[in-house]
Amino acid sequence: MPAPGFLARTALAQLLTALTQAGYRCIGPQVRDGAIVYDTLRSVQDLPHGVHDRQAPGSYRLELSESPRCFAWATGPQALKPLLFVPRETLWHAERDVQGALRFAETVPAAEALAVIGVRACDLAALRLHDQHFLAGAYPDPAYRARRASLLLIAVHCTHPADSCFCVSTGDGPRAADDFDLALSELDDGFLVEAGSDAGRRIAATLPLETASVARQSTAHAESEHAARTQQRRLPSRNLRATLFANLEHPRWQETANRCLSCGNCTSVCPTCFCHREHDEPALDGKTSAHLRQWDSCFTQGHSYIHGLTVHAGTRERYRQWLTHKLGGWHDQYGRSGCVGCGRCISWCPVGIDITEEAAAICGDTAHD
Amino acid sequence: MTSPSLPHEAEVMERVQESPSIFTLRLRMTDAKVHAAYRFVPGQFNMLSLFGVGEVPISIVSDPQDEQLFDHTVRALGRVTNGLAALKSGDRLGIRGPFGRGWPLVEAEGRDIVIITGGLGCAPTVAVINYILRRRARYGRLTLIQGVKHSDDLIWAQRYARWAREPDTQVLIAANVAGPLWPWHVGQVTEVFERAAIDPARTLVMMCGPEGMMLAGVEHLRERRVPAEAIWLSLERSMHCAVGHCGHCQFGPEFVCQDGPVFRYADVQPLLNVRGL
Repeated sequence: MPAPGFLARTALAQLLTALTQAGYRCIGPQVRDGAIVYDTLRSVQDLPHGVHDRQAPGSYRLELSESPRCFAWATGPQALKPLLFVPRETLWHAERDVQGALRFAETVPAAEALAVIGVRACDLAALRLHDQHFLAGAYPDPAYRARRASLLLIAVHCTHPADSCFCVSTGDGPRAADDFDLALSELDDGFLVEAGSDAGRRIAATLPLETASVARQSTAHAESEHAARTQQRRLPSRNLRATLFANLEHPRWQETANRCLSCGNCTSVCPTCFCHREHDEPALDGKTSAHLRQWDSCFTQGHSYIHGLTVHAGTRERYRQWLTHKLGGWHDQYGRSGCVGCGRCISWCPVGIDITEEAAAICGDTAHD
Repeated sequence: MTSPSLPHEAEVMERVQESPSIFTLRLRMTDAKVHAAYRFVPGQFNMLSLFGVGEVPISIVSDPQDEQLFDHTVRALGRVTNGLAALKSGDRLGIRGPFGRGWPLVEAEGRDIVIITGGLGCAPTVAVINYILRRRARYGRLTLIQGVKHSDDLIWAQRYARWAREPDTQVLIAANVAGPLWPWHVGQVTEVFERAAIDPARTLVMMCGPEGMMLAGVEHLRERRVPAEAIWLSLERSMHCAVGHCGHCQFGPEFVCQDGPVFRYADVQPLLNVRGL
């Protein structure tokens, strides 16, 4: 890989200009309602300068400092999931004429070109999993594919993991390894810039890049190393499949169910959870009807409902379904665990249930592999 | 490319009331090209879409060689199926499919076939029964075991009577509660299992019905030394997309809509014995 370039902090606005001129709408992190969210980025002023996140089980708080940095935080609640697998969308419309004949028409989303700035390594890992889920099988999803095809990814290597993070143990961070178009390492006075694709190189070519000094490169690497070293949480192993399915009657499921509110927050913030329901919404005039999909959660009563029977009757069955799927079933379905170590489910759980603690309780805290 | 979620329009050519709550829709795709290209294997299912109401997964009961129509037998039970029950000949609905893995018809060749069903679980096996009877020389003995709660719930009594007269075919039917002139067994379906002539080395079993009934059937078959590899079950879970995306039908690591609905018992045995999976 060629040596990275250096973009002075004062020139960051030129990255946004280059992206806009290349036809992208820029999406980037910004503070809203006390959390860092991804939304349309109008200028570099929108970025969360000096903002840090303090995360713990059941807790997410932002703090301010005098730091000039705008990526000195770990995660917000969203990841890339809502940009590609949108929370609610129409898949098709049906029209019924006066004779009762039906016509079905697909709703193809307008494939707007998006450039996302500030993508984390864990979020890229989750994106790879969703690519497998929505695109690699026998029935690729047209809406996901249209959005995915026009997405430009600008990763920022994570230097400030939260207390809830454990991407080192899942093998997904804190540095973005590949699958980005551009990757930035944030330093106090600017950014190291690496290109990972032709689209990324074309953008980089328009930027006033200097050669990155050896000192700057080693600072960036040292910060990544530090970010990896400071993570306290971990999963017992990268493959817990056999152990989880051998422990489906473990008493811990009920103990956790006694605390779990079955609210579905974990599934909403999880960057890999893909469950959705489909339903029809007829227009009031009775002539047309829309078929929609909307995020669903395996923690709802309706998720496993079939003709008078809810298969996952209680919270015990629902939490067990979530965890055995996330850390077990994914291995069969997609060749690896469905957890990328982002820790969102820990922070956004209103009662602070910690996936790493639950996995260790059920599987035993075996050696890390 | 068209979306995997986009239905084709189909027309109800005939509607048959099978019992007070069970009906059969005989369908044809309205686009002749789509109809001509439509293929399925016994044990697969379609998503039936009722305009303005929603979709339900329903198994296909007709013979795959029937080029004219394909049939769905449905119990009016929920929001969508009660709406489907109101469809009349000439009405339209949406069809997506077929989806899933059907019965192991190639593996079944040369074997004795035992088909054990409960309630409307008989529907996904009708296609396979007809398939076997039309290719009789390729299969050994055929044993059909069907259980219903009440004798009035037995649909297709005439078909079962006709099948019972076929050579090398045994039909055993049980109703927990029976009305007058019920010619079959009164009691649990498990009570008629012993009357089935089963050669464990030659037998392949196909089952569909409530999981408790299927597990009781498996227990009996295992006692009679039928190998776990020779027993196949059609499972049921909630389904919204039918293409392995929506996540509702998961059973352990399996997507029932794609990896099933027909599973080899040996493959899902550890999961079947856990309640609430």
